Parts: sequence; structure tokens; C-alpha cells
Amino acid sequence: MSQDETRGTLPEVAVAEIENRKDEPTADYEVGLESLTQYQLAWRKFKKHRLAMIGLGILAALIVVAIVGPFIWPYNFGTIPKPDKIVAIGRPPSLVHWFGETGGLQRDVFTLVVNGARTSLFIGFGSMILGVFIGTIVGAISGFIGGFVDNLLMRIVDVMLSLPLLFVILVVANFLGGGKGSPFLIVGIFAIFSWMGVSRLVRSLFLSIREREFVEAARAVGVRDRRIIFRHILPNALSPIVVAASLIVGVNIISEAFISFLGFGVDPTQPTWGNILANARTFIPQGNWWWPFFSGAAIIVTVLAVNFVGDGLRDAFDPRSRA
Amino acid sequence: MTETVTVPAPVGAPPSNEALLDVRNLKTYFHVKDGTVPAVDGVSFSLGRGQTLGIVGESGSGKSVTALTVMRLLDIPPAEIVEGEIWFDGEEILRVPLEQMRKIRGNEIAMIFQEPLTSLNPVFTVGDQIAEQVELHKKVKKKEAWDRAIESLRLVGIPLPERRVKQYPHEMSGGMRQRVMIAMALSCEPKLLIADEPTTALDVTIQAQILELLKTIQQRTGSALMLITHDLGVVAEMVDNIIVMYAGQVVEQGNVDQVLLTPRDPYTMGLLESIPSVEKRGGRLSVITGTVPNPFNMPPACRFQPRCPYAWDLCKQVAPDLYRAGSEGQLARCHLHTPAGEGRLGPALEAHERAMTIGR
Repeated sequence: MSQDETRGTLPEVAVAEIENRKDEPTADYEVGLESLTQYQLAWRKFKKHRLAMIGLGILAALIVVAIVGPFIWPYNFGTIPKPDKIVAIGRPPSLVHWFGETGGLQRDVFTLVVNGARTSLFIGFGSMILGVFIGTIVGAISGFIGGFVDNLLMRIVDVMLSLPLLFVILVVANFLGGGKGSPFLIVGIFAIFSWMGVSRLVRSLFLSIREREFVEAARAVGVRDRRIIFRHILPNALSPIVVAASLIVGVNIISEAFISFLGFGVDPTQPTWGNILANARTFIPQGNWWWPFFSGAAIIVTVLAVNFVGDGLRDAFDPRSRA
Repeated sequence: MTETVTVPAPVGAPPSNEALLDVRNLKTYFHVKDGTVPAVDGVSFSLGRGQTLGIVGESGSGKSVTALTVMRLLDIPPAEIVEGEIWFDGEEILRVPLEQMRKIRGNEIAMIFQEPLTSLNPVFTVGDQIAEQVELHKKVKKKEAWDRAIESLRLVGIPLPERRVKQYPHEMSGGMRQRVMIAMALSCEPKLLIADEPTTALDVTIQAQILELLKTIQQRTGSALMLITHDLGVVAEMVDNIIVMYAGQVVEQGNVDQVLLTPRDPYTMGLLESIPSVEKRGGRLSVITGTVPNPFNMPPACRFQPRCPYAWDLCKQVAPDLYRAGSEGQLARCHLHTPAGEGRLGPALEAHERAMTIGR
């Protein structure tokens, strides 16, 4: 193609653009192409991470099912279908009962798992949000103020991290809930014992970002410390926090299953994936494999999905990775 | 040219003349592990409304610390303002409460930093950052602050400001970002603009544009300008008066012609001699021998004495003061201008003359 032909095919939009520019006073700079923000770029990379996208799809599906499932599915976990009849072996999965029926009170396993998803996901995400919130505040204060405050807060973190956390959580859950706690209580307990990692991360981010020149520039125009912390530094620290937070969700879902299995978690009348497993335990020898299987599988799938998403986020926010 | 560089008035009273900024005997020390660094050690100067002042010196001479002290942006500790007063617009700003200082910063005194790349927050659009400042200081609505951001971008010569205002710093070139910094500094119409090496990070063609811009805008808005630089070429273009700093002290002050054409302090002379020029072609370029003194171990008397070609015994024993030197209003920190140095002054000036024309 010759030079002239190329010129001839210049798109009309571009021509219009050039025409417009003639009116501009001092067009000594070109206005660049619209470029992407940090989050648009990250989303672009995330989309190319196949496992992360699958994980995100699974999580989204699970959340939708957890929210709308109980309204659509014909059975209610609270009503016991045949209270007068206790059987050793329930019914295996069928078209009517997708995940089968439990032994004992013959409840619908799908109903239990779907309602369990509600509580388990609520606890997993809720405690993550609360824990990350606490960790971010503590870390931000610690890293920004420094000195004595920093020392004090970080020593508290050291002490907390030196506790055998699972046992402490068990004891506290038992003491406060006595095995009949509400999901909110469990969220609170998990949050209180899971913010330390985030606070260390946020502190280190703040230590480095507060030395950046734009922070001094913000101070030079008279911005208050509180605003500098939350509006100028925090958004710059957000991506590592998001990555860390995503991985906490998985840990908390497993912890919930763990303490519910041991009977110190949420009130057993409210199904969670953990207490479904706990109730199934004594019926497994009779061959009710479908009873524990589906809630166990739900835990594994959810935690895997969450971790894939976390990996995807980490790669997406990593400026060195080019996807 | 009006006379603004004066011997400081007696401490305590606000400046009587129309000086906007009056710094008196300022001493800012840093307490660090190995001891105390006198970064600014007894600096005095004043700056009239609408005037320009250049502060010149090499790295570590205390010029940036002086600016940061005026803004009260130093972390205390490790820094400590040991002594001195800073009068700004009739107020002693070292004594105003921090809350009030915040209202002065950005609003009445604005600062332009050296690195436009790192001085803008990467996660906000430039419009957000300019508007934030306007909202902070002027009681205006968001929309109005945004319009003002566009207006100030237009003022600094950024084309298509309506589109640029929505862009992020990384979408702009270095010169463009420095324009944004200037727009930001001007958005609240400050009385004093402090530019800390505003062109050091830019390439030469952009440097000229930015300096030109600073000059026209400063003239248009009537704000005073304090220009900190190590580039003598920049000050020659831009300022009315010059302060030369060395090791935390003012070594010479005067108007731009006095200091650059008839320097009277051996350090200033050395600086000017070390500029390459066409006339000196073929000769050896002269340098100031030695290095800046270790701040923990300053020479006992004159701080420039170990590097000074004209030093004699007196310079090792008695610290020189700022003495009247050369023409009216010029001051130099050198014993050459006392009766003791009378016989030495002539030969020293001759040596400087010679060095300026043919090199050493």
C-alpha cells in the first residue's frame, strides 16, 4: 500500500479529531489514548487467568444458590419430615432428593447443604471483612504513626500470634456460645483472632508508602493525617490487602467446619457444612455416604475456588506478570 | 530593583516593611544516631510581596531544609528547630498551632516539589488532586472545585484541560506532570510559592518551558516566589535576589547582578569559576577542591576554610560573620571583607577575574 492510499483510508473519526485539534490554543502535547486504570488493568489480567475465572464462577454460583436456594427448594431444614420414624439408613441420591436423605430423621441433604452454604459462606466472608477491617486499621495506625504506638500494637500482634489459635478459638467459642452460638458470634470470634497477619501486611505497606513524595505533597497542601491515611495511602495499599483477604476466606470456612464439627460452633439446629459433617459422623458406618459427602465436597470446592480467585488476584495485581 | 535583602531586624517584632516572609536566625538541627547535624545554622533572609528569591547551594547545604522548615513539614523529632523566627504575612508561623498551619499550607504558601513523578498520587486523577486542595481551603462545592481545577490546568498551558483533568498521573509526561504540580500550587492563589528544584527532574527543553511558565504565572498572580536550585543558570533567569548557602549557612546574599557578576565570597566565586564557558575553552576548568565538610565534624571557624584558596590563619580561628561587601546591600561571609583581610581582598578578586576569563 502506498503512502497516499494509507492517507486515503484514514478513518473519519480520526480526521474529525484532527480537525478539532486545530482549534486548541497550544497543542504542543498530544492527548494520549484513554488508558486503563489500575483496576481495569488488573481485571483484564484476571480474566485471562482460567482457574481464577472458574473459581469466581463457582463462588458466584454458590452465593446465588445460598441466597435464593432456600426459597425455591420445596423442603425446609427446620421441619422434620417424619418425626416419629428414625431410620439407620437414609435414601441415596435420587431425582426427588438430589443429594439423598439423611439417616436418622430423614431430612433432605440438599436442603441442609444449601442452608449450610448460607451460614458457612456468611461466616467465611463476614469474618474476613471484619478481620481485614480491624487489621487494616491497626496496621495503618501502626505504620503511619510509628514510634511507641507502633511498638505497642506490634507487640500485641506478636502475643496474639504466639497463641495456639485453634484451641483458643475453641475455648472462647465454647465459653461465649457453649456450642449454640449465633453465626454473628462466630464471625466476631474469627475476626478477633485473624486480623494479625493483615495488620502486619498493612503496616509494612504504610511504612513504605508514607515515605513517598506524594504523601509529603499532600501534607504540603494542608491535608489532615486522617485523610492522608485513608484517602492517600490506603488506596495505594489496597491490592495486596485484597489478595490477602481473599485467602483468609478459605481459612475461615475451614475453621468454621472444624469448630462446628467439634460441637463448639453454630447452634446445631442451624445447619452449617461443619455440623452436617458432625451429625453424619455416627451414621457413616451404616453406609450413609451421601450425607457427609456433599457438605464435605462443598467445603473443598469452595475453599479451592476461593484460593484460585486469590491466586488470580495476586497475579492480576502483580505488575511484573504480563498476562 | 527594590532592596529586599537586608540585615535582619531585631528579634521579636514583626517585620515593619512590607516583607511577606522574614526568616530570622533560623537554626534547624537533626538529631540522629551519630550526633547532631546542623542542617540550617543561623539563616536569615526576607522576601517582599511579589518578589523572587533564589536559594542556591550544593546538595546538603540546607536549602531544602530551609524550605521545609518554612512549611513546617519536618518530622520533629528527629528534626528540631533550635532557634529562630519565621514571620509570614505578619504571623510568626513557627508558633501558630498546627491546625492553623494546615490552613496556611497550600492556601497561602504552596510548594512545588522536585519530582513531579512521585509527588502526584498514582491512584487519583489529577483533577481529583487539585480539587481536593481547593475544597480543603476554599469553601466551595465539589463542582466548583472541579471547574477551578480545569481552569488552573488551562492557566498552566495544558491543552484540552477538560479531558486532561480526568487523567491519571501516569498518563502524562514529566513536563506535563510538573505543569500539573504548578497548577495545583496555584489553584488556591497562594501569596508565596516555594519551588524546590522544580526543573531538576526534567530535560532541558522542558526546563525552559517550565521556568518561563513559572515566571509568567508568578507575574500574573503577583505571588512571591522562593526558588531553590543548584543551577546558577536558572536563578540568573528567574530571580531578583539570591542567597548562596554553604554547609547550613548563608555565605553570600545580594541581588542577582551583584552575586552573579561581582561575587564577594570565595565559595560563590568558586561556583561561578567552575561553570564551563566559551571563553575558557582550552584552559583547565577550575573546580572547588575537596568536599563538603562532614556535618558531624565541621571546621572550627570558617566552614569553607579547608577548601578556600584564599584562606589564612585567621580563618581557622575566628568564624566569619556576614559582612558588607562589594556594592550596596551585598553581604558575604568572609574575613576578606574585614580590616584584617584588607591586603588580601584585591589579589583574591584579581585571581577570580582571571579565572573567569581564562580558567586557572
